[in-house]
Amino acid sequence: MSRIGVFICHCGENIAGTVDVAAVTKAALDMPGVVHAVDYKYMCSDPGQTMLKDAIVEKKLDGVVVAACSPRMHEPTFRRTAEEGGINPYQCEMANIREHCSWVHEKGAATTAKAIDLVRFQVEKVKRDHPLVPIRVPITKKALVLGGGIAGIQAALDIANAGSPVLLVEKSPSIGGHMSQLSETFPTLDCSQCILTPRMVEVARHPLITLYTYSELEKLDGFIGNFKATIRKKARKIDEKLCNGCGVCQQKCPVKKIPDEFNEGLSNRAAIYVPFPQAVPNKPVIDLANCTYYKTGKCKACEKLCPTKAIRFDQEDQIEVHDVGAVVLATGFKTMPVNNFSEYGYGKYKDVIDGMKFERLASASGPTGGAMKRPSDGKTPQHVVFIACAGSRDRLKGVPYCSKICCMYTAKHAMLYQHKVHGGQATVFYMDVRAAGKNYDEFVRRAVEEDGVKYVRGRVSRVYEDDGQLVVKGVDTLLGAEPVEIRADMVVLATAVQAQNDAEELAQTLHVAYDPYKFFAEAHPKLRPVETNTAGIFLAGACQAPRDIPETVAQASGAAVKVAGLFSQPELTREPIIAVVDRQPPPVFSHCVGCFLCKAACPYQAIEEEQIKNRNGDVLKVVARVNPGLCQGCGTCVSTCRTKAIDLQGFSNEQVFAELMSI
Amino acid sequence: MSSHHESSSAHPSLAARLEKEGEVSVADCYQCGKCTAGCPAAEEMDVAPSQVLRLLQTETPKHEDRALKSLSIWMCIGCETCVTRCPQEVDLPRAMDFLRQEALARNVANQDADDVVAFHKAFLNSVERAGRLFELGMVGEYKLRTGHFFKDMGIAPTMFFKGKLGLFPHGGANKREVADIFARARAVKKESKV
Repeated sequence: MSRIGVFICHCGENIAGTVDVAAVTKAALDMPGVVHAVDYKYMCSDPGQTMLKDAIVEKKLDGVVVAACSPRMHEPTFRRTAEEGGINPYQCEMANIREHCSWVHEKGAATTAKAIDLVRFQVEKVKRDHPLVPIRVPITKKALVLGGGIAGIQAALDIANAGSPVLLVEKSPSIGGHMSQLSETFPTLDCSQCILTPRMVEVARHPLITLYTYSELEKLDGFIGNFKATIRKKARKIDEKLCNGCGVCQQKCPVKKIPDEFNEGLSNRAAIYVPFPQAVPNKPVIDLANCTYYKTGKCKACEKLCPTKAIRFDQEDQIEVHDVGAVVLATGFKTMPVNNFSEYGYGKYKDVIDGMKFERLASASGPTGGAMKRPSDGKTPQHVVFIACAGSRDRLKGVPYCSKICCMYTAKHAMLYQHKVHGGQATVFYMDVRAAGKNYDEFVRRAVEEDGVKYVRGRVSRVYEDDGQLVVKGVDTLLGAEPVEIRADMVVLATAVQAQNDAEELAQTLHVAYDPYKFFAEAHPKLRPVETNTAGIFLAGACQAPRDIPETVAQASGAAVKVAGLFSQPELTREPIIAVVDRQPPPVFSHCVGCFLCKAACPYQAIEEEQIKNRNGDVLKVVARVNPGLCQGCGTCVSTCRTKAIDLQGFSNEQVFAELMSI
Repeated sequence: MSSHHESSSAHPSLAARLEKEGEVSVADCYQCGKCTAGCPAAEEMDVAPSQVLRLLQTETPKHEDRALKSLSIWMCIGCETCVTRCPQEVDLPRAMDFLRQEALARNVANQDADDVVAFHKAFLNSVERAGRLFELGMVGEYKLRTGHFFKDMGIAPTMFFKGKLGLFPHGGANKREVADIFARARAVKKESKV
């Protein structure tokens, strides 16, 4: 027979003002199994806790019910106290007679009766409680950061500086990401490369960071603290140890007419190339699709001329498997292809370009050395039209969301143009100017008020060519929607920000949720913005939503702190409120029949298949097993299980039914 | 269809001249409409005050013309409610003043505003001549210009006996300095047009 103690809290007047606590105490004493019941003004106070602790010892209690506030408030307090009194903390339960009773009902007999019922529930539950121990999971204190843009760089540096090793995996030949392509950055007009390259070098030199460029994550197994990452190092066809980055190979390579990705196709590169002069690592890579040797079996000019004999045509991809404890996703974004918008003439007219191309045109390291020369004939454009929301906020052909960064970069572009071309005119067509950020609106106003950029509120319907000149046909809604035609020398489209092409695939590989636009989903939009719903996987930067640099860096540091916090613990301790599959003596072994409906239902991928073998190693039965590291105790599998083989520790079917049957 | 924003480089736009002559930058206006919302004369206007600024912002002859020919610039009573409330401190009354002078110079003032134009001229002429307003002189010129000889005649005796309608210009006016102001304004205008 149980020896249960019931402790009823007045919570000052919060409970006692509405509920007749003396009556509850008296009723509790009549409940079967209850040997002690007492009420007190504040159970959570020191004297209240001492009262509970002493009673456990004196009355030899084996279960405790505290009737007070929400368990969210004080369950840890009372469980700790119960443990100090000498019983298992999971044999202390709380009856919430405040939020669920006194705060939501009028004073009266019915309210007191409800409080008594709530106490009875917990008495029936605590009778069936089993001692539980917290789950301990070891942690591999090494992080995997996916993506080597500014988000990944920041996260990797912060984690490494906190003392943990980091594997930084980047799929392109150099780290740096989009930020390395930018000319200047809003709202301060800092040169992008000037502020980025020191960080890139720091990453390369950091003793705790291992850089995997030209590499991809193939597979991720395991769970928080215990992931196994399979990384494919694509063959650069270069011995990185021998190569000293002298650049002779790319000068001598006979194939030179390949559109340069880094310059957005505004210049050409060779088939063996370093993406840009400040690349980290400064080692070339052979582009197999364009290399003459791989196409015809002849050439090998680079191999012949390489002074360090570093070319390795027979080099193969390498697969490496690493144990990591946490993952930061920092895979970034892409800009939307504007092919859907034939009305803007992108692809048809050479002088209709997108924002990234403009960045390269304006960049001192770009194909024009920062001189404003239009792609078609290299002339300086005298009138440039910028079209904002080219794809954003367009449900039909683009994306319905606001891409967030375009208002600012368009203002920056127009400003840079006005600075570079004196006497030139930049005109911006916009729907709204969204410049929310520190010094952002001031920046946009500066473009208008000081640099003379013309803003026209309205969308552009068409860009066409007339007599060799581009004509932009739009509307000025601030003049009563008056149609407008501008003869322009160049048109720049502020294309929408989109998730990477492989975002969905990657999310599925990692079991990370994503939104309808394939951006990775955060665990809570406000309170857990850098965590995913998969424990141990964190988010940084524009892979989650369109973001600018300051936000990306802030989020990357946030994700890094989450990783560092995880790694600061000797091992993971988790509440033992998890599902378990029953085990029976042979020949049953388990009531589980191996249908694995639970596996399909589990939102956390916590169900594994387990083979029960005899001593000869023959498989006798395949049953479900719950991975205690992944299970979040939601109970979905319990309700799915057809043979009632799964139960939730601490909230077993038996307990829940007993609670219900008590009234 | 307008040729938006293509002010011919030969003549500076009205916006550019307004900035030079009146130190008012129409680019500062972000078209929030607060001026129009609070303007006591807005109901009498054909183009809302904020729209007058927008017409100047485009720096297009067609739009400038619309501003100059508007009734609004003559309906503005210069109460300065707009500039008091403007978040960007755009001095709209100054802009209106500039537009009135320009409309007169180009002889495009709105015909529905003939009486206002007459009053405007009579007022400024009186100030220029006497160094400050000479009420009787101004009334005389206004009546000559409009032909409304007997309008408001009834209140003249009361005004006269209260000393509001002197027979001679007020003494003590800094005639020469005021005349200088007019001369300077004309010079600035001439200079900025080049």
